[in-house]
Amino acid sequence: MGIPTVLATCLYTVATRVGANRIVRGGRFHHPFGAPEKPLAEEYAWRRQFVEQTIRALCTPVQQPTVFDVE
Amino acid sequence: MPDMVRIVHYLNAFFGGVGGEAEAQTPVSVHAGALGPGRLLEHALAGQGQVAATLMCGDGYWAEHEETVVQQVREHLQQLKPDVFLAGPAFRSGRYGLACGRLCLEAERLGIPAVTGMHVENPGSDLYRSEHVYIVATEASAVGMRPALERMVALAIKRARHEPLGTAAEEGFLPRAVRRTVPTGIPAAQRAVDMALRKWRGEPYTSEIAVETFEAVPPAPAVSNPAQMWLALVTESGLVRKGNPDRLPSAAATHWAAYTIAGMERLVAGEWDAVHGGYDNTAALQDPNRVVPLDALRALEREGVIGKLDDTLFVTVGNIGSLNAMKRIGAEIAARLVQRGVQAVVLPAT
Repeated sequence: MGIPTVLATCLYTVATRVGANRIVRGGRFHHPFGAPEKPLAEEYAWRRQFVEQTIRALCTPVQQPTVFDVE
Repeated sequence: MPDMVRIVHYLNAFFGGVGGEAEAQTPVSVHAGALGPGRLLEHALAGQGQVAATLMCGDGYWAEHEETVVQQVREHLQQLKPDVFLAGPAFRSGRYGLACGRLCLEAERLGIPAVTGMHVENPGSDLYRSEHVYIVATEASAVGMRPALERMVALAIKRARHEPLGTAAEEGFLPRAVRRTVPTGIPAAQRAVDMALRKWRGEPYTSEIAVETFEAVPPAPAVSNPAQMWLALVTESGLVRKGNPDRLPSAAATHWAAYTIAGMERLVAGEWDAVHGGYDNTAALQDPNRVVPLDALRALEREGVIGKLDDTLFVTVGNIGSLNAMKRIGAEIAARLVQRGVQAVVLPAT
């Protein structure tokens, strides 16, 4: 059955090509869950939204490598 | 350089002439000279060498006593001291292919060059190519016996005489996860432009690097109730405890580390290092939650959006990772996750 896994990365094309099934696109190469250009509180709010999207990806049935975007 | 190459040949019981499936339980035996396809092999040698002995074992016996057979074959090889070990060809026969691959690997470990042959779809092919065993590509069935033996012999002679080998395609063996540096005399930029132009003109061209293919992994079913799920964090970002106690390398990792995050509300700057050599870690060191979002996940845990976050953070370094090492690391971490009862994973990747 396997353990559902969500890959959080800005390199979503690479992730898709290697066959990761749940991918959340966002962040930067150096810090997938970071946005250091934002003020701290805003950065945290953005990170939280990103983390919520990873949970949604885990709860979504997929048939093939699928990219979920942070809105 | 031996003039007359001394060969030890491995066959299963069927090709050894003992019989079919009923005789597959035949244990290891040693015979002087060539047997079965070994005679064709001697013919292909055309006087450059001879089959000193043939080792034979039933595939069923192999499957049930692999380590015993390995031990016995090792002992025979140490005694017989061949210049080269040949196994099969096994074509698409699964157990036979696995035996040929493993025994070639063992011969190589004893310092004896080894060559086998099998069809690319034999399960022994994927398993032992990645161990760098020389496997000549053959047809799916014994119809292709003669060309298979001829190519195996050609490669075996070169290996026995320690002659330089061409590429996998030139020598006829299956690519075996080895890259060599080859001087071309032409700078890479020029070769790249030449290749692009050939492609643009619709002319034939050959890539210098075989693109790795990745096996399709069937997607795991979705989590049905996140409020009850047990979630773990795994990362290839090289985020390690200060001082890197597990000595993870900055690239080409072959191991992983596990750190407790029990009771931590967030990853505190100064307590973590980022040893991954493939990215600028400034922002990660200022706030490690930018890589592994523990602060936000703890909030979701408190609010009951997710059930429970596992106490352990699993870490390796993905930078310039070899596919085989990464596969093994993934399998090892997955085994731990299953053991702990983890139901879902968030994997931040840099």
